[in-house]
This record gives sequence, C-alpha cells and structure tokens, in this order.
Amino acid sequence: MLSRVANSIYWMCRYIERAENVARFISVNLNLLLDLPSERGKHWEPLVLITGDQELFEEHYPDYTQEAVINFLTFDRRYPNSILSCLAAARENGRSIREIISSEMWEHLNTFYLELADPRFQPMALQAPHKFFKIIQMRSHLFTGLLDSTMSHGEAWNFARIGMMMERADKTSRILDVKYFMLLPEADLINTPIDNIQWTAVLKSASAFEMYRKEHHLINPRMVASFLIFDNQFPRSIRHCVNKAQICLERIMNGSANGAGSNPAEKLLGRLKADLEYTDIDDVINQGMHEYLDNLQTRLNQVGGAIGATFFNLKPLAEASAGQQ
Amino acid sequence: METFTTYDPGDFYDELIDADGRPRPGAQLLVDKIESLPPGDLTMRQKAAETLLLKMGITFNVYGRDEGTEKIFPFDIIPRIVPASDWQQIESGLKQRIFALNEFLQDIYNDKKILKDKVVPEDLVLSSRTYRKECEGFTPPKRIWCHVTGTDLVRDRDGVFYVLEDNLRCPSGVSYVLENRQVLKRTFPQVFDDSRVRPVDDYPNKLLEMLQYLAPDHVARPTIGVLTPGIYNSAYFEHSFLSQQMGVELVEGQDLVVVDGYVHMLTTKGLKRVDVLYRRIDDDFIDPEVFRPDSMLGVKGLIGAYKAGRIAMANAPGTGIADDKVIYAYVPKIIKYYTGEEPILPNVPTYICDNDADRAYVLAHLDQLVVKAANESGGYGMLVGPHASQAERDLFAEKIKAEPRNYMAQPTISLSRVPTLVGDRIEGRHVDLRPYVLFGKEIYVQPGGLTRVALKKGSLVVNSSQGGGSKDTWVL
Repeated sequence: MLSRVANSIYWMCRYIERAENVARFISVNLNLLLDLPSERGKHWEPLVLITGDQELFEEHYPDYTQEAVINFLTFDRRYPNSILSCLAAARENGRSIREIISSEMWEHLNTFYLELADPRFQPMALQAPHKFFKIIQMRSHLFTGLLDSTMSHGEAWNFARIGMMMERADKTSRILDVKYFMLLPEADLINTPIDNIQWTAVLKSASAFEMYRKEHHLINPRMVASFLIFDNQFPRSIRHCVNKAQICLERIMNGSANGAGSNPAEKLLGRLKADLEYTDIDDVINQGMHEYLDNLQTRLNQVGGAIGATFFNLKPLAEASAGQQ
Repeated sequence: METFTTYDPGDFYDELIDADGRPRPGAQLLVDKIESLPPGDLTMRQKAAETLLLKMGITFNVYGRDEGTEKIFPFDIIPRIVPASDWQQIESGLKQRIFALNEFLQDIYNDKKILKDKVVPEDLVLSSRTYRKECEGFTPPKRIWCHVTGTDLVRDRDGVFYVLEDNLRCPSGVSYVLENRQVLKRTFPQVFDDSRVRPVDDYPNKLLEMLQYLAPDHVARPTIGVLTPGIYNSAYFEHSFLSQQMGVELVEGQDLVVVDGYVHMLTTKGLKRVDVLYRRIDDDFIDPEVFRPDSMLGVKGLIGAYKAGRIAMANAPGTGIADDKVIYAYVPKIIKYYTGEEPILPNVPTYICDNDADRAYVLAHLDQLVVKAANESGGYGMLVGPHASQAERDLFAEKIKAEPRNYMAQPTISLSRVPTLVGDRIEGRHVDLRPYVLFGKEIYVQPGGLTRVALKKGSLVVNSSQGGGSKDTWVL
C-alpha cells in the first residue's frame, strides 16, 4: 500500500486513541475528586504537568481551575493534543484515506468531530463532565469496533492497530505516572483508605478495576502497577499493547521479501517486547517507577520513529536512486 | 406552503410544468407526490437530505485556518426530469460531438489536415494558451485523447438543447450525480421506483473499464491510480469517492516517482509500477519538468514516461485546446469535417471577436450579449451584458479591443427553469445540464448528469463558486 496511506491510517488511529486517553485522564481526576476531601485545590494542575505542556497552558490561563484545565485539554485548538485537536487531526487523516477505510468508519469519525466542534454541545463538558467524557470514550470504542468489524484485516488494518497500540501503551504509562505525580509526595498517605480509593480510581480510569479484582482481589499499589504494566491479558496493559503491535508488524513484514527482524522498527519493538517479558514489578520499584515509565515512553517513541522511517518516508531514498540515473 | 397550485412557470421553458401550468409527461407522479405531502413535510425532507450529505462528509472545503469551515454543495430535492425522447437526442448528439473532437485533437497535433484545409484557422489553434506544443507528433494509447468529458448543455425558451461549452480537461461533479441519486432515492422512494428512472450507478464501473482498456496490452492486471492534488482541492471528495468506488489507488504527486523511465508509487513494500493514471491535475501542474516548473503537485518525469508509452493517462495532455471558447465556435464545422454529418446538438450562436464584422457587432451590442474569455472557467472572466453596469461593459470593450483573439460573445440565453424549494415555497430557478461522457472501447454517456441550479432569484449563473447548487437528474 502507499506509504502516505499507511502513515495516515497509523496517525488517524493514534489520534483517536489519544483523544480517548485525554478523556480518561480527565475522568480519573473527576473520580478522584469525588472521593477526596474538598479543601485541597491542586488536583487539576498535575493533569497539565504530566502532558509537559504547562508553559502553553500558563500562557493562556491564569489558574489551574477545573474549568480552565478541562477547557484546555478538551476544546482548545491552540493545544495540539486537546481532544478536539486530536479529532480534527484524526479526521484530516481519515479524509485523505476515505477510499481505504470503510464508509462506516468515516461517517462515525466525521460525526464524532462535528458534534464535538459544535458549540452547542460544549457546555456539557462542565455541566455533566462524567457523562460527557464517558461519551467520548464510548465513541472511541465504537470507532475501534468499526475498525475491527467493517474493514479487512489486511496491511492497512495492521498499521491502524500498531498506531492504536503504540498510543495506548504510552498513555497507560502516563496514567500510572499521574498517580505517582499526585501522591508520592504525600508519603504519609500510603496504605491509608484514601490511598486505596485513589488506586481504585486509577484502575477505573483504565477500565481495569473489575479485571484487576478478578486477578488480584486486594488493592495494593504494587500489584496495581504490575497489572497495568505487565499483565499479559488485559488489553490496556503496556505489555499487551506492545505484544499486539509486534504481532501486527510481523504480519506486515511477512508479506514482504525481507526476513523477520531485519528492519529497525522490528528490532526495537522486538527488544522492547522481550524486556517487558523478562522484567517484573520489583525491578521497576528498584529502578524507581517514574524513571522506569519515563524510559519506557522514550523507547515507545523510538519505535514510532523507526516505523516512520521504515514505512512512511521513502521519498528521500527513491529520489536518491532517481538522481543516479 | 410547498405547493404547485401557486407555481408560476413564468416566461421560460419549465422542465416540469408546461405553459398551461400542467405537469409535463413524466413529471405527473412527482408533482402528485409533492402535492399529497402535509405542509412542512417537503421542507423536512430537504433538511434530512442536507443532514445526510453533511454526515457523509460530502462537503466543499472553504478553508480558514482554525475552523476548517465546510459547506455541503447546496442541493435541492426536487429533481429535474428529462424525458426519453429528449435524452435520445442528447445521447446521440454527445457521442457525435466527442467522437469529432477526439478526431480533431489527433489531427491538430499530427497531420493538421483540418488546418491545411482552412476549416479552422491555423493561427487560432496555434495561438491558444491551451495548445500544447509538447504533444505534437504524439498519439496517445488507443488513439484516445478525451476519455472523460462533461459537456454543458442549456435549454432555451424554445425548448431546444444547445451546447454551451465542452469540458475536456478535468471535468468534475460526477460524484454529486451519484450521491444526489443516493439521497433522492431515500427522499422519494416510491415515485422514483414508479417513474422508472434510468440508473446512473454504473458510472464508476464504466470508468474503470475505460481505464483498464488504456493499459498497455501486455499488462494483464494493470495498476491504476487516480491522481489528485490533495485534500485541499475542492473536488477532493470526488477523487477519493471515485477511487473508492473503482477500488483503485488514490495517489498524490508526492506518492509517485519516475525511476528507470517508469512511474512508480511509493509503498510500504518499496516501489510499485503504475500503468494507468486518471489524473485530476491540470496540464500546467502535472510535470514540473515539462510544464510549470514551480508545481508542487505534479510528478517530475511523468510526461517523459507517458510519451515513451510507459504509462497511460486520462485525459491526455493537450485536450484543453478543445475547451477554448473561441475554438468552440468552430465545433459544428469540426463535426461536419470529420463525420460528414450535421451536428445533432446545436451550438449557441457565437460571435468571434477576432473576426472584424463580429467584433463590430459585439461592441455595439454589449448590453445584450454574454462575453466570455477563451480560457476561463467557473463563471470567471465573463460579462453578462444585460446585468452589467455601463462601467463593466466599457471595461470589457477595452479588453476585447486589446486582445480580440481571447474573446467571444453569445446572445443571452433564457435558461430553462425547474421548480425549486425556496424557503417554504416552490419557485422556478434556472438550470443547466452537464452529462458525463466516457470514451474507451466505446463512447458511453451516463444517463443523467449534473443539473446545476442558480439558487439566487433570477440568476443565470449556475457555478458552485457563484451561489449555484445541484439537483438530481432523472432520465426516463
């Protein structure tokens, strides 16, 4: 398939997944707030800190109020990772490959964007935030469902899945990070009822609470982190995402003349997969949770870069060979 | 109230209602249906159709930086109906015309017989901005130049169809024909069934067959692409729609590269050779090596590969000469020259400003004529004399005197009208008709076409860039 098309479908899915995860970030915070004593007012700042975009935020908003942060993360077109910006980007990518994706996918994506961009629906984000961000998540799920059930599982689909899985792995690591950012400074809270409530909220924001319960029963920070990073069956765990992405990449490569593991994307992804298999939560805690997650995010980025260089940016190579004629 | 009881066909040819206010044959079912609807229902159906178009993303880009404002191409749900007898004449007339124009293109780029016989003035052809010297001595695959044509027809007060202009370069709009039909089928399902409307849906299939026919004979399964300028082009929806319907690649200039003299796509598995391109980029931008060097949309070396017979292209470069509005005046003679027949579809009478007598007449009658520049389209570069101010007419008089070769003039045609929903009333609005013609193994005329409607009251300009919309066209 065309490199440009592969690039577009990969990014379309990444952006949708990103939008869903921003909605999850906000949901986890809303969940936490429900259970926390109300006097502390700094619960919205970490959300922006974790995105690394506080400079942009502070340029446009005086305080980290709930309203300001929700507006920034949801509707602000000046912020490239706001939900609305992500959907606009997903839709632009989708538009350029309309003939590749199914019309169901396109129409859903189109409506998803148009409604979010419609000023009439925007007040709901502040008036009924739980409902609002739930709807965003459900629409993203609907898109994923359409991807799986209305489009052939060929090369384009595999690129779509890689995009989605890479993004999800990255964001699950960030959800864990949010919790650490917020709570570790308050070491006296560890293992208190409030602490457990908060870990529950983290699990819920990754839709992981029920599945975690079945597996580990008691809420325990160490096991929660382990579950979100290493569980082999939970579809939002980092390891699961990396495994799935690796399988898709393998399927793409099987269709070509090259042997397995021959390009940088395969090498980097394969190594990451192996590392996740042979690391456990104790190693992570010894290294430091934040440091581990930070390193993981860097490696995910490297895989993304290698996929781009291997499949999407052929022009320089082709031009070099055309120039030699 | 949306009703025909107060409808006034006016002093025009009305496509659905005759001079006595009765539905024309073929329109009875539709008129009865609309009359039977409760008040407000037609407006509701119109709104539903618009919502559907927006949801399908069938929109024009009106690009601002932030909002990315998009509009649907305005659409009116009352269809235009063309009776079978009219259609028969249109179909045979278009086949004759396109055949002759193709002969003309082959001739002027090769033997130039028609010029030597002085049927068409040689300097007129050679001086046209759309004449491509690069095509001299070239014969395209299967000897076909104009594979896809959209010819604009208008019907005057006398009920006769005239050819207003030929579009042999990259005519657009056929996707609206197909989508309008989808929407209308849902809007008036019963009437549609009972009226026995001829299907338009075969078009993508015919287009694909034509493109496959162009491929080099030794290629069993040709790789075909639709070449688009990209998502910022106003017809992008159509490019993507057609490639989806045909199941072929949609490529941009940046996806293609010429290596070893062949055109390739950049794919995730490396380079892949392309055999046929349905290009929707104008000649000027298609190859920076041959035409405009500043083009970012085209493919370097494409024309070289094309002339070497290594890729087929629809339409061929150089067809724009037949779109020249001054050459247009000669098409009846061109038809006669190559076929020996009289034209089945007449031209609108045309004054050629390069001709002294004609020019004197035009300058003296600017307030009655429509003046057009030879190579403009989309309703630009045009003077509608009766509606223009004296200052505008003076300006055009100067332009004509300065560059007579570049202008022609025609009497103002009273375009026929079709009942159209305006607010909650049905009023007559002027229309034209653009049928689409494919030239492959045979010449195929899609039974239908794009009916463009001037939504502004009294306006004769149907172009979408000037406030025009469209209607579904039912050929019976």
